Amino acid sequence: MNAIVAGFRGFARYMGGVMGADAYAKYLAHHAEAGHGSQPMTEREFWRDQTDRQDANPQGRCC
Amino acid sequence: MGTMPERGPSTAQVDDGITPVPGLPPTAVDEAVREAEERKWTPAKIALWVAIALLGGVAWFMLAIVRGETVNAIWFVFASVCTYLIGYRFYSKVIERYITKPNDRRATPAEYKADGKDYVRTDRNVLFGHHFAAIAGAGPLVGPVIAAQMGYLPGTIWIIIGVVLAGAVQDYLVLFFSMRRGGRSLGQMAREELGVIGGTAALIATLLIMVIIVAILALVVVNALGESPWGVFSVGMTIPIALFMGVYLRYLRPGKVMEVSLIGFVLLMAAIIGGGAVAGTEWGAAFFHLDKVTIAWGLIIYGFIAAILPVWLLLAPRDYLSTFMKIGVIVMLALAIIVVRPEITVPAFSEFASRDNGPVFSGALFPFLFVTIACGALSGFHALISSGTTPKLIEKERQTRLIGYGGMLMESFVAIMALVAAISIDRGIYFAMNAPTALTGGTVETAAQWVNSLGLAGVNITPDVLAQTAKDVGEQSIISRSGGAPTLAVGLAHIMQQFIGGTAMMAFWYHFAIMFEALFILTAVDAGTRVARFMLQDSIGNFVPKFKEHSWRPGAWLATAVMVGAWGAVLLMGVTDPLGGINTLFPLLGIANQLLAAIALSVCLAIAAKKGSFKFLWIVALPMAFAAVVTITASYQKIFSSTPAVGYFANNAAFSKALAEGKTSFGTAKTVPAMEAVIRNTAIQGWLSVIFVVLSIIVITTALLATYKAFRNAKAGLASTSNEDPALPSRVFAPAGPAPTASERELMTQWDQLPADRRAEKAGHH
Repeated sequence: MNAIVAGFRGFARYMGGVMGADAYAKYLAHHAEAGHGSQPMTEREFWRDQTDRQDANPQGRCC
Repeated sequence: MGTMPERGPSTAQVDDGITPVPGLPPTAVDEAVREAEERKWTPAKIALWVAIALLGGVAWFMLAIVRGETVNAIWFVFASVCTYLIGYRFYSKVIERYITKPNDRRATPAEYKADGKDYVRTDRNVLFGHHFAAIAGAGPLVGPVIAAQMGYLPGTIWIIIGVVLAGAVQDYLVLFFSMRRGGRSLGQMAREELGVIGGTAALIATLLIMVIIVAILALVVVNALGESPWGVFSVGMTIPIALFMGVYLRYLRPGKVMEVSLIGFVLLMAAIIGGGAVAGTEWGAAFFHLDKVTIAWGLIIYGFIAAILPVWLLLAPRDYLSTFMKIGVIVMLALAIIVVRPEITVPAFSEFASRDNGPVFSGALFPFLFVTIACGALSGFHALISSGTTPKLIEKERQTRLIGYGGMLMESFVAIMALVAAISIDRGIYFAMNAPTALTGGTVETAAQWVNSLGLAGVNITPDVLAQTAKDVGEQSIISRSGGAPTLAVGLAHIMQQFIGGTAMMAFWYHFAIMFEALFILTAVDAGTRVARFMLQDSIGNFVPKFKEHSWRPGAWLATAVMVGAWGAVLLMGVTDPLGGINTLFPLLGIANQLLAAIALSVCLAIAAKKGSFKFLWIVALPMAFAAVVTITASYQKIFSSTPAVGYFANNAAFSKALAEGKTSFGTAKTVPAMEAVIRNTAIQGWLSVIFVVLSIIVITTALLATYKAFRNAKAGLASTSNEDPALPSRVFAPAGPAPTASERELMTQWDQLPADRRAEKAGHH
């Protein structure tokens, strides 16, 4: 049973990674590692910023 | 931690001009160690690959040589998977060794340009899924269905062999070369490598090709939704669902991507089930019963609005939904085919394989089969993705083989499954669904009569069967539902109902399939319009600088209107075409897509030549030459063929002559306006073909010149200039393949022992 739960968790985490759900966590990790003095963006600010950047820099999706 | 773990003895001897960051374990497996590991063939390893080769060989034998009454679908799975494994393990390694020559001591853009936003090191297996979701869409699902007109074998061979030798090679090379250039786009690389003329031609060709691809994908959706109240309702509901998701993510719970995707998925299922109920009511059937022209106009207006709305409101949430569905659907389809293992009664080569006037698409097997199946075997559009987001996310250079080459193999597998789903239905139903109304007459009686008159072996269909199939999938009619999507949906419903739910569930599965195909296509239409709009704005910006400001509303709206107008015109042309748009236009999609592939491969050829890989240049030259020959021949026939069904201008001339002679009906066009439409459409299509092929020939020629120049330089002992970013030392390590090898595991242990403060932050590990 535990193995099934663990397997499911792993799959959910994988799907989250594929869809980019962990983008904020990665941003925070980068921010901490780069040692900026400034505060990182909050979660809300980060996602706003992300979609706004997509607005200015669209990416194609294939057929 | 005073003593560092031992280093491989020869690491210091590698002469690549990179000074490793001191105090860190090696960032790459030692060359000699890796070589030894790869070259060591244990009995178990030999047995495994012999087994794979044997199984693949048997499967190909069953598909291609044995001529029984039926063939089991499982052989398609074995033949494809075994061939992919061999191609991946052996051929892609040849490319790696002689052309790309990755160096893990070198930092990737995700490392040296890291910003936590666009340039982020991503776990290789996650990136594999991400890249796959970006390249795969409706293309590999519909092309193989349309190509099934010629029997299953030509399409199967092209999809499987084509991907190993051409499609995956292109994706891998473009990804690698773009990664070495900081993630530059194909257009920028073309300009750098081929100069202003080649670069400009590549840019214009890309823009035009994008318009054609968006238009014909939109045509597939229109054909699937025309006169289908259920489909119109459930696909229409995706818009409010996406808007809700967008607001949810922006204001209610930012960043909860998985949560909102699950909510969206549940709503989507509700929309499909609700669609059946709504279409069952009298008002619902009346209100959502739209003809194709209305839907086309709806799609055009939608396309414009969607492209000027902010990304967060519609595009981003629907992209999440689309990715979520994509992975789910493909896993489900693979499971269903393996569990159900349908028997295929379609012949290996059909009666139309040797003719050029098939009802589904016109033209002879060579070259038209090879353009009808573009996505899944060789798709130039992928070059835009492989030089877009993905190269900015790669963690280590060696991982490009898994992501670029492997990702494309996965798409090819999707194409094979789509082919299996389409050929698992009765051939009579297949032709009744995919031939234009002009041939089938539009009713079950006329369609059955027409199909039986084709004289196809083993085909004897009754009007009852056609009516019953329509009833099973919850549609009023399935006659002349061309475009591939409805056929795939019937095939998928046919397989899935044996897996889950029985006949009662067929209508649900049919509309589920229509829904996800529409979802993929709408996402591609949106994103394509946006990308094309930016390209147009940048091009106009060279003359009117104001246009380069992307936030300048009038400029953005004008450029969007131009792009939507362009694909909208082609779409309307296809919808109103008396010849049945798909039949004439679908080859144009494939030609456009593969001309782009020829362009991408010729850029890769020039780059590989500058790298000095002359002896193995055939690896790039082979698929490039094939794509060039196929598309130029196809374009030539579309332009100059005297057969009206194939040649645009021949058709144009035939209709003009008829009109001049005062005829009021000619061929499939029953009225004078219809005849005028044919004349207009064929002229536009013909000239589009001319422009494409001329632009592509310019690009290919400039690439060949660049290649020749590199060759001459090499002979004269001169070095060709490289446009790669400067090599910087890497400070991270990650394995190359899906699972780490023994030596990679050993290195990972060394890295794990490093104190956390000396390590660069980890990419998400899974």
